[in-house]
Amino acid sequence: MKYTQGKYPLIKKESIAKEVYSFTILCPEVAEITKAGQFVHILPKGYTLRRPISICGIDKAKGTLRIVFEVRGDGTKELSETHTGELIDMIAPLGNGFTLSDDIKKIILIGGGIGTPPMLPLAQEFGENAIVITGFRNSSAVILQEDFKKTGAKTILCTDDGSTGIHGLVTAPLEEVLKSESVDLICACGPTPMLKAISNMADTFNVECQVSLEERMGCGIGACLVCACKVQKDGQEQMLHVCKDGPVFKSKEVVW
Amino acid sequence: MANLGVNICGVDFKNPVIPASGVFGYGREYEELYSLSKLGGIATKGTTITKRMGNPAPRIAETPSGMLNSVGLQNPGIDYFIEKELPNLLTKDTVIISNIAGSTIDECVAIAEKLNETEVHMIELNISCPNVKKGGATFGVSCEGASEITKAVRKATTKPLIVKLSPNVTSIVDIAKAVESEGADSISLINTLLGMRIDINTKRPILKNNMGGLSGSAVFPVAVRMVWQVANAVKVPVIGMGGISNGKDAIEMMMAGARAVQVGGAVFTDPFAPIKIIDEINSWLDSKGIKDINEIVGSVQPW
Repeated sequence: MKYTQGKYPLIKKESIAKEVYSFTILCPEVAEITKAGQFVHILPKGYTLRRPISICGIDKAKGTLRIVFEVRGDGTKELSETHTGELIDMIAPLGNGFTLSDDIKKIILIGGGIGTPPMLPLAQEFGENAIVITGFRNSSAVILQEDFKKTGAKTILCTDDGSTGIHGLVTAPLEEVLKSESVDLICACGPTPMLKAISNMADTFNVECQVSLEERMGCGIGACLVCACKVQKDGQEQMLHVCKDGPVFKSKEVVW
Repeated sequence: MANLGVNICGVDFKNPVIPASGVFGYGREYEELYSLSKLGGIATKGTTITKRMGNPAPRIAETPSGMLNSVGLQNPGIDYFIEKELPNLLTKDTVIISNIAGSTIDECVAIAEKLNETEVHMIELNISCPNVKKGGATFGVSCEGASEITKAVRKATTKPLIVKLSPNVTSIVDIAKAVESEGADSISLINTLLGMRIDINTKRPILKNNMGGLSGSAVFPVAVRMVWQVANAVKVPVIGMGGISNGKDAIEMMMAGARAVQVGGAVFTDPFAPIKIIDEINSWLDSKGIKDINEIVGSVQPW
């Protein structure tokens, strides 16, 4: 794993939903080596701990990374108040991305709420060979739909309250797709109950599934062992770490 | 450029700055960012007789000017450390301090015996981990417990033995004197202060372990006070830690009586913190015309 720590300018900031922000950060040396599924570890001004945020866009030509995050507490609130032109202190790129073999033809990408952003680089990679299923609390929480449509992927939108898209959870359309099409890989990020349900369904249909997990972190690089995740590997339960061993894990290996 | 070298129990450190046990793993992750040879030493992740899984996550929470952690001594066990990590660390041209912990005195003795057969430079006996149910801080909170374990581990090794104290006690001085009298070559302090945070929306503690150890700038004044009290009460060298995040903090801690300092949570905020602290100490000494870091150790002039 190669990573650097530095301060990089925020060159574009947008509010894309209530308390959800999109930041574009100019960091050519980071963008150059970043893969889909990795994250950045950002220090909000005046705080002790960094905040891990998944990467939503990688533009190697422009040398930029895009992140999309939700204000969850004081640290992300502080981060959301960064102005265009100010510097962002980050360690990046961190973690392992999704593992994509050359023989993957059809992929399903599933994002739940603020777990949706890391699916966008994958949609860009797979274009019309991707089916993107996203789920949100309600219509005002919906993000990134236009971005996904631009990739050429088929998009399916769900909301918990039915205020837009399909009324219900992402697992209903997922089941429909799995019944009707041959799929090589499912990639998902979102709330743990959603990931667990997707994992079970992937097992039922015997499709490989990779999930991107979230956990409170310390160092972000694998030294402090804070962001523990229990997995079943090599015949035994092990405590791995979301920052260094993940954030993407094979869903079969996660002890839910 | 002032002399930054210090000597603790006959071991020469090129400078007094040591990443503290727990934040730095076995050094590999930070080596991606800078050469470990720049550091005075490295206190390795607390290692137990057998592998430990640690506590369930979440294991960390931000607090005002600090953090709580409840890792619970996750580590691969002493045999793995000796076979796979120590040989690599010993090539890094820095002092390697192996931090050890156990649920029982026998476990700590067994680990010390194993390390005694290695080339590790020093052993730091952790009698102060607040995050494990058995052992850990339970040894460190009474003079009897601290004495008994220090005495047993002392017999098991000829390596310089540092005993790391818990601040969660009534009299830190009494504990320090107890471990000194049982043969500790050096004393390091403070480990974390036991703390707790609750998410008021869910009524759940943020840490899955409910409680955890508080560290960071918030604990710095407590650490300075305890280091000062202990340094005045014992003859063995003291290593100070607790909330040091810049060169000025390190100098303050050394003026209180610390011969060297350990840097913990500050590396989460800035992974380069130990390197910056070394540079800042050097600049400060130069600006004051002080030629040798050892001149400031214990130089506080109390009222």
